[in-house]
Amino acid sequence: MVEWTQEERVIIKEIFSKLNYEDVGPKSLCRILVVYPWTQRYFAHFGNLYNPEMILANPKIANHGVVVFRGLEMAVQNMDNIKNTYADLSKLHSEKLHVDPDNFQLLADCITIVIATKMRSAFTPEKQATWYKFLSVVVSALSKQYF
Amino acid sequence: MLSNREKELLIELWDKLALVAEDIGSEALLRMFTAFPKTKTYFEHLDLSPRSEHLRSHGKKIVLALAEGTRDISTPLFTENLGYLGRFHAYQLRIHPTNFKILNHCMLVTIACYMGEDFGPAVHAATDKYLSAFSALLAEKFR
Repeated sequence: MVEWTQEERVIIKEIFSKLNYEDVGPKSLCRILVVYPWTQRYFAHFGNLYNPEMILANPKIANHGVVVFRGLEMAVQNMDNIKNTYADLSKLHSEKLHVDPDNFQLLADCITIVIATKMRSAFTPEKQATWYKFLSVVVSALSKQYF
Repeated sequence: MLSNREKELLIELWDKLALVAEDIGSEALLRMFTAFPKTKTYFEHLDLSPRSEHLRSHGKKIVLALAEGTRDISTPLFTENLGYLGRFHAYQLRIHPTNFKILNHCMLVTIACYMGEDFGPAVHAATDKYLSAFSALLAEKFR
């Protein structure tokens, strides 16, 4: 069972409250597709992913970026039960989407970098540590239903 | 594999970072020690409190070495000029290899905070590749 201090809960909710999903969503996806190009294998049906400009202009990416962050929001709202909250999502990624779970950490890292570019010095080492803990729990929960 | 354009982007970026090497380096280390406490086990001999002289001077060394490498990476000059670092990390420091990725990640977060949205996807990709390549060279002599 993951234990969260009151301070950690406040930090996670505070970071989330400042996020514009329509902005950070597509930017995070763009980062993973550019920095770790093998992840494009999961988005072949999205059309043009040729370079960062094309990726950011792609409406399917814009849409999907928001989907990803709405998914993360589920974890923020159920911090004491992330594993069960994500059981169906995990099955989806495993049985239907066939995503290698090692890629979840890569997206987590890209999301972190995008948030850092937005929050800048407000993203203190302590907030980074809490944010990393949160995303580690998310990544672990998403990886649970792989058999 | 770094393209010529990526090498240009790297030299441009790291020339800027070298000017604030102490700030960038000490922040990257502080982020690493805060978010990944096990990394502190390699530094029992240093004062790791924020803004300590040890943190600033050690951080500076790291950033300056990274800046120096941008011109020589993928050439034999890299081993000529920075080969001593490989021997040092292998035979003296003997760091568990997963820690390179951790410091690289914290370096990227530090740069992202420093540059904001100027740290776009292309330069992020180039830097991530560069840090991975640099780490691989540092770990070459491990076994």
